[in-house]
Amino acid sequence: MAILIDSDTKVICQGFTGAQATYHMERAIAYGTKVVGGVVPGKGGRGHLGLPVFDTVAEAREATGATASAVFVPPRNAADAIIESIDAGMELLVCVTERIPVLDMVRVKQRLESSNTRLIGPNSQGIMIPGRCKIGVMPAHLERPGKVGIASRSASLTSEVIEQISTYRLGQSTSIGIGGDPVHGMGFVDCLKLFFEDPDTECVVLLGEIGGSDEEEAAAYLSANPAPKPVVAYVAGLHAPTERRMGHAGTVNVFGQGDAAAKIDALRAAGVTIATSAAEIGLTVRQAARA
Amino acid sequence: MNLHEYQAKELLRRHGVNSPAGRLARSAEEAAEAARDIGGDRWVVKAQIHAGLRQDAGGVQLCDTPEAVAEAAAGLLGRRLVTPQTGAKGKLVRSVYVEQAVSYDREIYLATLIDRSAGRVAIIAAREGGNDIEARLAAAPDEMLSLVVDPVDGVQESAAAALAGQLGLDGAAADQAVALMKALNKAFQDFDASLIEINPLVVTAEGQLLALDVKMVLDDNAQFRHPDLANLRDEEEVDPAELEARDYNLNYVRLEGNIGVMGNGAGLALATVDLLKEHGGEPADFMDIRPEATRAQVTHGFKLLLRNPEVRAILVNIYGGGILRCDTVAEGIAAACKEEGLRVPLIVRAAGTNGELARKILMSQGIPVTFAQSLGQAAAKVVEAAGRKAA
Repeated sequence: MAILIDSDTKVICQGFTGAQATYHMERAIAYGTKVVGGVVPGKGGRGHLGLPVFDTVAEAREATGATASAVFVPPRNAADAIIESIDAGMELLVCVTERIPVLDMVRVKQRLESSNTRLIGPNSQGIMIPGRCKIGVMPAHLERPGKVGIASRSASLTSEVIEQISTYRLGQSTSIGIGGDPVHGMGFVDCLKLFFEDPDTECVVLLGEIGGSDEEEAAAYLSANPAPKPVVAYVAGLHAPTERRMGHAGTVNVFGQGDAAAKIDALRAAGVTIATSAAEIGLTVRQAARA
Repeated sequence: MNLHEYQAKELLRRHGVNSPAGRLARSAEEAAEAARDIGGDRWVVKAQIHAGLRQDAGGVQLCDTPEAVAEAAAGLLGRRLVTPQTGAKGKLVRSVYVEQAVSYDREIYLATLIDRSAGRVAIIAAREGGNDIEARLAAAPDEMLSLVVDPVDGVQESAAAALAGQLGLDGAAADQAVALMKALNKAFQDFDASLIEINPLVVTAEGQLLALDVKMVLDDNAQFRHPDLANLRDEEEVDPAELEARDYNLNYVRLEGNIGVMGNGAGLALATVDLLKEHGGEPADFMDIRPEATRAQVTHGFKLLLRNPEVRAILVNIYGGGILRCDTVAEGIAAACKEEGLRVPLIVRAAGTNGELARKILMSQGIPVTFAQSLGQAAAKVVEAAGRKAA
């Protein structure tokens, strides 16, 4: 069993006919994801990758029974696309779009709160159950089925960690990219809760970075609810200059909050095992998983 | 996009946020004229640079005559001002803002920003403003007051009035504060800001609230909605190499060390910088290439590293995956080396999609590369190479 999706989850893609969506959805299908169609306003009735295209999410859901959507819609329309899916009652959205205006995400966040929809992202690499299915843009090469659950704010760091734990013959139960944007859907706390309930996950890895408050919230949650499984964390950006934007909108220190050292201290105090060096995350996971 | 103080004040004035009368000047003569035109008997001359904490660096000067204003402006213009936020090289002062000096009874802190954990716009405030606000609030977090703004209903009258009360304002000043909070939220939404900070917001002897200094940042991701604001971008405030990098869709920040770094993905690039520091190295930059990077973009990015005279060794740490392939990166690097010449040791760690092909491409092109098998090994090698070269 995995969290959030599995090989029988029916998936549609919003912005299906775009170049990026086409490239990644083809690979998702090849990987085993049950993609059942796509949504592109104005292109309903056509076909793409041998699958039907619909004008609206509601029509697509009605016709295919899809419960999950991969959102590849460009930044200026992405928030409306997400809200359309929320209104259509989709259960899980994975938004890979980067550079969505933050106030658009504030609007999305409010709509999410009064719905039963879960949003992964935006600016997310997606979600992957090794060997079974994936939604998003994550590469497939070194991952393998296993017992480590990964929740990450960085796609490239996730690949790095998968390689490192692979050298210890450790695989993943589920890997989730929560995205690097300031306002996003699921956070580390949501992921922790799901991983703790998942019988197939024996150890959880959180890959954080400067900025935002996901790490602090995870620390507060774990202080109040001691982890039933080992949790390992790495936080990038200990030596990043302050007041500078490093990569994307989610990584700027505002008001001393989001400082890597403070995040590490908070997580450590909550009982999380800290990987102090990026080169030793795999080793730290190995030791924690064995303990 | 960072705005200058004068730009932020002008934008906020459109929304009814008052600040002292002022005008921008680019020469000593213009500054004196501005002082005469705006009137009054005391003026403040403020260096317009994209950095805070100007006062202690001499970037804000109080003057009693238009002649003194001209003198202060002459002293600031063309000078590099070094504040704790500018880095050691400082920032060149190209304009000054001449403003009527006001006398006031109190300094307050008031800002609008994104509260990330709530996923909402929030107004934060403190009874005492001033330059040391961050340190003071860090030491006494209870002094920070906040009000989360409802995305649909906006700033609630009662909540704003309560916040004004907590700030110690009453009567007309409290009413002004409520109007100000609403105006700030409106400006934040209308301009797609990511930060508006008034520090200090002063209460004058007449009981008027005035924004004495304003820092404003607009959301770059929303600029497509605001073509009219594009001309507020001051490209001369940005490092020319960083500006060039932006044209090629690279995320590049110049740092002050001697190891050039290129990586893919912000998280991995940050982790690489951290690892170099752990090994005793000093990164010269942070460069993150995007997944859809083309060979030409990589070439331009790598040339920026090669042209930095401080660089003593270069580390490329690429994790191929998704649509980014290591061979694309290798071809881009090889082209840059051919054009620009490689004068420093180059350490490459290419993992993931087509990592092996990347190694073959670099070797077949005759580029002298040291390959590393892991992140840790790559960091150790490049730190050693940079140190050896410098010694």
